[in-house]
Amino acid sequence: MVSVYLASVGYLCPGTLLEALAALESNPAARPLAGGQTLINVLKGRMVEVEALVDLNRVDELRGITPLPDGGIEVGAMATLSDVAGSSVVLERRPVLAEVVGSVADIQVRNRGTIGGNVCASDPTNHLPPLLVALGATLTIATPGGERVVPADEFFLGVYETAVGQGELLSAIRIPAATGSGDHFASVTIGREGTCIVNATAVVGGGSARIVIGCVAPVPIRATTMESRLAGRRISEPVVRDAASGLGESLTPPADVHASDAYRRHLAAELSIEAVLRAYAKSN
Amino acid sequence: MPNPTDSVQPVTQAVVSVEVNGITESRMVESRRLLVHFLRDDLGLTGTHVGCDSGNCGACTVELDGVTVKSCTVLAVQADGAAITTIEGLAASRFFDDLCDAFNEHHGLQCGFCTPGMLMSATALLSANPEPTEPEIRRAIQGNICRCTGYVNIVAAIADASDRSMSG
Repeated sequence: MVSVYLASVGYLCPGTLLEALAALESNPAARPLAGGQTLINVLKGRMVEVEALVDLNRVDELRGITPLPDGGIEVGAMATLSDVAGSSVVLERRPVLAEVVGSVADIQVRNRGTIGGNVCASDPTNHLPPLLVALGATLTIATPGGERVVPADEFFLGVYETAVGQGELLSAIRIPAATGSGDHFASVTIGREGTCIVNATAVVGGGSARIVIGCVAPVPIRATTMESRLAGRRISEPVVRDAASGLGESLTPPADVHASDAYRRHLAAELSIEAVLRAYAKSN
Repeated sequence: MPNPTDSVQPVTQAVVSVEVNGITESRMVESRRLLVHFLRDDLGLTGTHVGCDSGNCGACTVELDGVTVKSCTVLAVQADGAAITTIEGLAASRFFDDLCDAFNEHHGLQCGFCTPGMLMSATALLSANPEPTEPEIRRAIQGNICRCTGYVNIVAAIADASDRSMSG
């Protein structure tokens, strides 16, 4: 008996970014295949119909992790989560990225799964979308006509929907230098290092904070009221707690088997407070 | 490293050449074929198990080009040109005898279904980190689910195997 899970699908394996874009252009019903840790499982469950897959795993030019002259990092979209978590460049320049990436799923998933795939999935429970918004990352999208750069807070458009259009590919993510700020990602997960139920990332420094909450909406949410209340303030727990007042009530998170909407509102506030206090403790 | 396809025409089947446990095998496979089914059904290596249909359980764990992966989340065509080690080839590892002795003595299995995957992950751990702490062991098998043991004996077995390899 022959085991068959996926529906019949075409396969292309380009060796360069230009070949990959050409393959997508020639096959409008094709989808890019990155690490496959999401897409292969979706195809096994026959949850989407895909006519063909453009495998990006031989496009080596998308795998690099490069230090930038301004102190930031450029991470290729096909860098595996293991590559990012173990990269000396990332560990030195923006360690929160290595810590968070290294906590996603498990070792086998991180060995195949890519940063680009995780980001482009735009699953509301994924770790990277809110983290990248908090870090002020920019995302480079390669198109047949050239490339364009999109800031993280304009990249995530909805559940499973990003600014990457048909026939385009995310090619790289730029992470700015820390410049004295402290970063912290706080979360409550299903089991240790499991899927996030709610997460909050804070980047604190120079008298300001960026606070981004995940798992409470289709896309990451900036806690703008809390941010503005903290601007120029001396950070202490009472100050931060006060700044978070009303945060939970301002959100309309989903209720599901893992948490009620009320609990998600509670976690959003508490994790935002925790993230800010811990990020502040790490700042210069 | 094999050459990627030059044409922009998708293929629904292709010849896959892989080195599995040191032996090169070539087969024509459909593009949709999962690596785990290729290993089990086409190559007869049934030590790698299919335990779920969602990429969660890790019973399908193999080593692909030096790193552990869940073979149910890789297409066979993606493994063209790769070197794979399955549980059948793990006996060549210097940790194998100690791991098997330790799993036996610590009762690190009951039904044994998760065990090949556990041994693959344990071997990868010890190869990179010969003296892991208990948290490191637990983290290393995060991608391998066991329904029988509650993990305590598995963790103890891996810790013991690491002691044995360090002293032996």
